[in-house]
Amino acid sequence: MSDHAAVAGHKSHVAHEAHHHEELGFWRAYVFSTDHKVIGIQYAVTGLLFLLFGFSLMMLMRWQLAYPGAPLPLIGGLFGEARMPGGMMLPEFYNELGAMHGTIMVFLGVVPLAVGGFGNFVLPLQIGAPDMAFPRLNMASYWFFFLGGVTMLLSFFVPGGAAQSGWTSYAPLSIIAGTGQTMWLIGMIFLITSSLLGAINFITTTIQLRAKGLTFMRFPFFVWAQFVTAFLLLLAFPPLEAAGVMQLMDRVAGTSFFLPSGLVVSGQVLQHAGGGNPLLWQHLFWFLAHPEVYVLILPAMGIVAEIIANNTRKPLWGYRSMVYSLVFLGFMSFIVWAHHMFMTGMGTAMAAFFQTTTMIISIPSVVILTALIISLWGGSIRFNTPMLFATAFLPMFGIGGLTGLPLGLNVADIPLHDTYYVIAHFHYVVAPGTIFALFAGIYYWYPKATGRKMNETLGTIHFVGSFVCMNVVFMPMFLVGLAGVSRRLYDGGAAYDFAQPVLHWNVVSSWGAWIMALFQIPFIFNFFWSIRHGEKTADGNPWQATTIEWAAPSPPPHGNFLVEPQAYRGPYEYSVPGAAKDFVPQFEA
Amino acid sequence: MTSDHAVDIDRHVRIYITVFVALMVLTIVTVAIARLHLPVHLAVTLALLVATVKGSLVACYFMHLISEKKLIYAVLLLTAIFFVVLLALPVVTVHDGYWIH
Amino acid sequence: MEIPYTVELRRDTGLNNGKIGIWLFLASEVMLFGALFASYILIRTGADSWPRGDTILNVPLATFNTIVLISSSVTMVMAWASLMRHRFGTFRIYMGATILLGCVFLVVKYFEYSHKFHDHLFPSTNNFLALYFTLTGLHMLHVFGGMVVNAYFWGPGAKQWKTNPEWFTNRVEYSGLFWHFVDLVWIFLFPTLYLL
Repeated sequence: MSDHAAVAGHKSHVAHEAHHHEELGFWRAYVFSTDHKVIGIQYAVTGLLFLLFGFSLMMLMRWQLAYPGAPLPLIGGLFGEARMPGGMMLPEFYNELGAMHGTIMVFLGVVPLAVGGFGNFVLPLQIGAPDMAFPRLNMASYWFFFLGGVTMLLSFFVPGGAAQSGWTSYAPLSIIAGTGQTMWLIGMIFLITSSLLGAINFITTTIQLRAKGLTFMRFPFFVWAQFVTAFLLLLAFPPLEAAGVMQLMDRVAGTSFFLPSGLVVSGQVLQHAGGGNPLLWQHLFWFLAHPEVYVLILPAMGIVAEIIANNTRKPLWGYRSMVYSLVFLGFMSFIVWAHHMFMTGMGTAMAAFFQTTTMIISIPSVVILTALIISLWGGSIRFNTPMLFATAFLPMFGIGGLTGLPLGLNVADIPLHDTYYVIAHFHYVVAPGTIFALFAGIYYWYPKATGRKMNETLGTIHFVGSFVCMNVVFMPMFLVGLAGVSRRLYDGGAAYDFAQPVLHWNVVSSWGAWIMALFQIPFIFNFFWSIRHGEKTADGNPWQATTIEWAAPSPPPHGNFLVEPQAYRGPYEYSVPGAAKDFVPQFEA
Repeated sequence: MTSDHAVDIDRHVRIYITVFVALMVLTIVTVAIARLHLPVHLAVTLALLVATVKGSLVACYFMHLISEKKLIYAVLLLTAIFFVVLLALPVVTVHDGYWIH
Repeated sequence: MEIPYTVELRRDTGLNNGKIGIWLFLASEVMLFGALFASYILIRTGADSWPRGDTILNVPLATFNTIVLISSSVTMVMAWASLMRHRFGTFRIYMGATILLGCVFLVVKYFEYSHKFHDHLFPSTNNFLALYFTLTGLHMLHVFGGMVVNAYFWGPGAKQWKTNPEWFTNRVEYSGLFWHFVDLVWIFLFPTLYLL
């Protein structure tokens, strides 16, 4: 009986004709759609807008860091007397910008784009599925994300402004902070819910809806990356949700989960029961936030892997090792978190434990990076825009990853903790790391989504400018951090004698950031202009790629594939000896 | 589960009733043990033991975990590992050496 | 366009999509309540002294509630079993009983909470109460959520029995899994808060 049902199911899950689209009406087709491609684009565009907004917040901060106390010309007056009296940034506003820059970039920008955008759009196509396993749940997850984003944006307008206690919201500061922090917590609960619903969908879809013949070891590396990422989101986020509820209770219901006894604020003893522990917040926060950084990097590695295989016209080197490393990395990411807490007074036993797991986790990272680098060897490399960004990812992630090692050694962490060295380290991984990979992915899959390529010249300008500027912004920060300048200082260290010799680097970083903004203009223009004027792809596979998403029309209709796809071989059969073309698609019989 | 026959269900129903009775008994047991006001460490151990038995009965028989597929077991094993990590590591780290000595 | 394996089982996994989905969701819930239990452990072991549960909380009432919830788990699984036996009427009765027992649980909790507030015992009073209210409060939200879903399948959702009885049965099963999980959490919550 189930056989018959299965056959019937197969017959009806190929694509509908385009008229189905018109039947739906504008709102159901483009706004409240359950189609993974529409939802993916919604996530991607919203994510990109938030990236731009988060970037703008940082550009404001960079004025204060380069020229502390100086009034901001032209636009300084726009921020009101409460935040920038006479155009001069108040420390509270600086903290608002800092906390929200981090929160927005991580939770509203990178993850929605990397997972919600790329994951949703590409994953079902790459496994030969008609859509996600739970299309309505998928739509719900986008709207929870949207609600979370709106909440975060609205928080700027409440009395006292948005959250100001860092994206890390450490207690007790976050407990005594203004209303904006409560909205941050509510926003986070929406965002966490969105991620959980998405993770359930990704895992179920990957396991159940993959095409016939597509075994796990025939998955494109991108699929593996999204699959492991989904597990990280599923299991690591809930503790932060619980912690968020407890922090809300502390703030709103007067509990003392995170408030120790006898806390004195501004000379007055706080009227609360006490008995709580600020470290509890840190443990629960970092239990999520460490796997979160792997959520930030894994999809990026997936994207880079696809683009490198495609543009070297060679299979990935060490695919099996990469997959095992990925899975091992995902597992280890759950047991390293307290390396963010080395300075909290933990004893030598636990410090040694977390130091050890942290050192171990660097191994799979290095394996993946090395495999990607070796994959370049002997390839017929095509330097199109996706490949430029994907190749640049390698040394940038290398720098980011290697500079993490001293931070993971608990003794070396002592002088480096909470300095600009940390900021440089993680920005190298996320900014010229992940974000470059995301740019690469946009240029690469744009033809899939639109049927047209983005302009190569504009893409190259975007790349060269961004690459140079990224390094101008972040490389000096290692020096500033090594000199001992703390992060989150509203004047960039200007008040300290020991910081004087390195202060000029703040100016360098700031100009790097502002110029980098200019180089995003060709990208933004290209993104919209190419929808109508980009070079059309003749056969829907402009990159001559092997993976299953290219079997569908570009753009794919509802249901994705006109004929149900099947996988006949591995994902990277490029330059197969004796083959007619330099690539044999996974889906070709 | 969609391929279960009526006979199977009858067997299942008998099991549900048995488990229900067991759960009632164990509830009485755990409350009774609590009234002995045992030293904390012993009280905690016994209470958790009884709760684990009760929980296992619910999981295995009401939630059909005893006859589930390997994939579900794999997901739950992974979850169990991280659950233990979450419960143990923070308290051990904060009271570094609390359990050790 | 139909999503495959919504009802029929995929051969290599032996599962349909919903079964995997609900278990993944429950895995995330294990981590959610796990964090709360971890918080309980950390705060209690860091406290100079900690009251025994029965000195502050109403054990008889909570024992009653425990029995109520366990009973509702039985009626829930019987509701699903009834659908497997194609007895829709019996399903309605058992599902109705489940919802009713859920209501009883919530009513008892209402009395528990208001009694505490009446005695000026609030979450802000001390950490024992903070944990008590937060853990049982979050649990209560889950009971309520489960009841809403159950009520949907008892009421408006039951139409699906006529059009796709297999899918309807499966969805009731998933709803049941969630309900059993809520019961499972209480099985640990009850001794932790009330008896220790």
